[in-house]
Amino acid sequence: MMNFVNLLIAQQIPMFPDAEKHPEGAPFWFPPRAAAFAGDVDFLYSAIFWICTVFFIGIVGAMCYLCVKYRRRPGVGPQPSPSHNTVLELAWSILPSILLVWMFWEGARGYYETQQIPDDAEKIVVTASQFSWEFTYPDGDKSTELHLVEGRPVRLVMESRDVLHSMYVAAFRQKKDIVPGRYTDLYFLPTRVGKYRLACAEYCGEGHSRMRTLCQVHPDDQTRKDKTIWIKAKYMPWKNGARTFNMNCAGCHGIKDDTKTGPPLNQKWGEMETLTDGTQVKVDETYVRESLLTPDAKIVANFSNQMLSFKGKLNDQDILELIAFLEYLKSGGDPAAAGEVEGYVDPAAVGSGEATTPVAGAEPAK
Amino acid sequence: MSTAEIRQKMFGHADKNYLNHSKGFASWALTLDHKRIGIMYLIGVTSALLLAGVFALVLRTHLWVSDSGMLSDAMYNQMFTLHGAIMVFAFIIPSIPAALGNFVLPMMLGAKDVAFPRLNLASFYLWVCGTGFLLVALATSGLDTGWTFYTPYSIRTQTSVVYATFGAFVLGFSSIFTGINFLVTVNTMRHPQMGWFRMPLFLWSLYATAIIQILATPVLGITLLLLIMEKLIGVGIFDPALGGDPVLFQHFFWFYSHPAVYVMILPAMGIISELIAVYSQKKIFGYTFIAFSSVAIALLGFLVWGHHLFTSGQSHVVTLIFSAITFSVAIPSAVKVFNWLATLYKGSILLCTPMCYALSFIFLFGIGGLTGLFLGALSTDIHLHDTYFVVAHFHFVMVGGTLTAMLGGVFHWWPKMFGRMYNDLLGRVGCFLVFSGFNLTFFPQFVMGARGMPRRYASYDPEFVIFHQWSTVGAFVLGAGIVLSVVVLVYAALYGRKVTGNPFSGASLEWQTSSPPSFHNFDHPVVMHDPYDFGDMVYDETLDSWVHREFIEPDRRPEPVPAHH
Repeated sequence: MMNFVNLLIAQQIPMFPDAEKHPEGAPFWFPPRAAAFAGDVDFLYSAIFWICTVFFIGIVGAMCYLCVKYRRRPGVGPQPSPSHNTVLELAWSILPSILLVWMFWEGARGYYETQQIPDDAEKIVVTASQFSWEFTYPDGDKSTELHLVEGRPVRLVMESRDVLHSMYVAAFRQKKDIVPGRYTDLYFLPTRVGKYRLACAEYCGEGHSRMRTLCQVHPDDQTRKDKTIWIKAKYMPWKNGARTFNMNCAGCHGIKDDTKTGPPLNQKWGEMETLTDGTQVKVDETYVRESLLTPDAKIVANFSNQMLSFKGKLNDQDILELIAFLEYLKSGGDPAAAGEVEGYVDPAAVGSGEATTPVAGAEPAK
Repeated sequence: MSTAEIRQKMFGHADKNYLNHSKGFASWALTLDHKRIGIMYLIGVTSALLLAGVFALVLRTHLWVSDSGMLSDAMYNQMFTLHGAIMVFAFIIPSIPAALGNFVLPMMLGAKDVAFPRLNLASFYLWVCGTGFLLVALATSGLDTGWTFYTPYSIRTQTSVVYATFGAFVLGFSSIFTGINFLVTVNTMRHPQMGWFRMPLFLWSLYATAIIQILATPVLGITLLLLIMEKLIGVGIFDPALGGDPVLFQHFFWFYSHPAVYVMILPAMGIISELIAVYSQKKIFGYTFIAFSSVAIALLGFLVWGHHLFTSGQSHVVTLIFSAITFSVAIPSAVKVFNWLATLYKGSILLCTPMCYALSFIFLFGIGGLTGLFLGALSTDIHLHDTYFVVAHFHFVMVGGTLTAMLGGVFHWWPKMFGRMYNDLLGRVGCFLVFSGFNLTFFPQFVMGARGMPRRYASYDPEFVIFHQWSTVGAFVLGAGIVLSVVVLVYAALYGRKVTGNPFSGASLEWQTSSPPSFHNFDHPVVMHDPYDFGDMVYDETLDSWVHREFIEPDRRPEPVPAHH
């Protein structure tokens, strides 16, 4: 399909040469193309452009021709002609609609493809605030520029500390608002090494236009690692999450398939949970956040409403680390690896100690 | 009196007319005459246009280089916010309905006035009051939220959001009053022989506009009141810090503001239908389709607000549905354009100033409408959303469409309003400057947007400098065109050549009276005709005016029908 698309763009639509021959993107209309689906977007844009051009030239051409041919001349009045023609009018109402249906379909298909996030996509947490970006990688490192690896699918889980923002990488043709009080997510599959513009696209206050940074696509993990150790993680996020879990949740929630006051949480992440009213909900970031802050909203079937809100007690970072812990458990990670989940462990002792068991990907603090 | 003298009195230049019927400040300030209220509205909205236009020129000057520092970031944000807020709420929404509609609508119906003259005057004073609040916001700590007032930023900013939103709230009521008035007037005060399908199409579009004004504007009022409550007394509706939902505000806001886009463009389309027909001297092609397309646009316009939220994280299904409905609006809009072209066919086309504006409208609205397709399609919208592409798109519709049509309408009815003719050559020069300046301003913005330039940016990447500079040059040409047009019109109103009742051979009822009209609009019973039947118009040399054949040959004249009230 992509070959066909590229062929169309290259052969029949010479104004928009294909990406291979022009790595910096089409010279006039578009920024460089650096991610999967960007070609589809450009193709649809070009297709709509040419359809519109044909119609526009037709309309303006007819207008100019008629204005010259039937310009007012002395002694010549308007000539009789029909004042309506139902067949003609129906035709020009309905026939262009077919093109509209095609545009709608292509746009919707392209959109849905970009929303299908593969399960193995790397998760990077984006925290936007007036007027800066913070990116947190799976190993806990942070940076202020976004660093990705070529060919690796990535899912951005985005939160805002203050007002609306919007993540926009023009070279990927992708954009999603970042809304305070909830998570939004965005999927990229970078296909070209390079540096691209990353901008806030939703007006966020005085320094809105300063909220620009870079999105850099690296050929491999190591070159990326050199760039992302802006704040080096002391712990893997899931370990902090385990500690938070132990202090706040372990009284009511087991992590070994054991039912306490509440349901066990070790295999919940990403699964569908059945609620008391019979509906199902996916255990994702938004659900976990809601369950912590407004526990009354959704009650799991066969359990009663016992939980109190953690609003004000857990901050945004705590919640993200708890989520990381749930993900870790679901992926088969051993909670004992943290050495601190069995029974109650003095938080002060945990907070000062090194990880007892090294975990792949986690680097000890310097 | 001979019949010729009677005709002279009926269709001539009236030295005694609504303008000098009574004198003094109070005779204007307290007038209930729809014509005077229309003129006052016209002066008001033109002032708003010029003020917000100056803001636009300041913005464009600031953007000449990528990081100019001419304005601080905060000042830039205030400039674009007030440019948008004043243009939208104080200029475009009332522009055609309240200014031109007020003047023309009752006369097109053959009526003496609107149904509720006092409500009409109240609407004008609400406009003054609402615009005043916007200016108070400007004079105190300004406003930097964008005209959309998106939460939670609008709740947290220290600028005068309360004054500005209250201003918009009051302006909303002004708009509702106009809508109610027009709806009732069209329903109850049409000439007895004027069925729905013998109304001029401008009235159909004003009627459709009135429906939107009445149904959608209250939602804006509620939304803005909730915002004010949240800001003043901390009721948590939209701010997540108070347990609210910021996306709810966007839904509420666009539930009004998208239909409001059609409040802006529908009357413009109505004017174009009039201009094309009169200056081609041809019966409008496909009257029924044009009339119903106005209603279709008004109704479909209520169902597409979600396309402003494609990137907001709303559910994918909802996004899909809104995209589909958005495309459906394209059809009635295209129908109108095709019908206008068909009207030109075999006409007798006079390329005078109003017609030049009408043709500019078809060109510019064509681009504005077609670029909407890029934004209706989901995958391309995700890329183009909140970029300069969107800015260019809605300026092509709002300025290229509405402002162009309004100027065309003003030039068309100016001789009727003031009984004097403008300099047509200078009028056309002004039209050319507006048209070329406008294209130069906004076409480069499509390219910038497609290349990824976000909107509302005080500083930007240097690769966009060249596009911004074209755009800035264009903005000044556009500004010069508008100023020239205003000068031509004002000069004409004061010193222009006197004209008689129907210099352009219009067939609708507002041309069946003297110029300017008398205080009571019609001093004689009007003769109801098809508003687009120009075959019966006869040029009366002694009168220097076009009149219906019946007035030349009195034996063909039907029995007068008593007018309403």
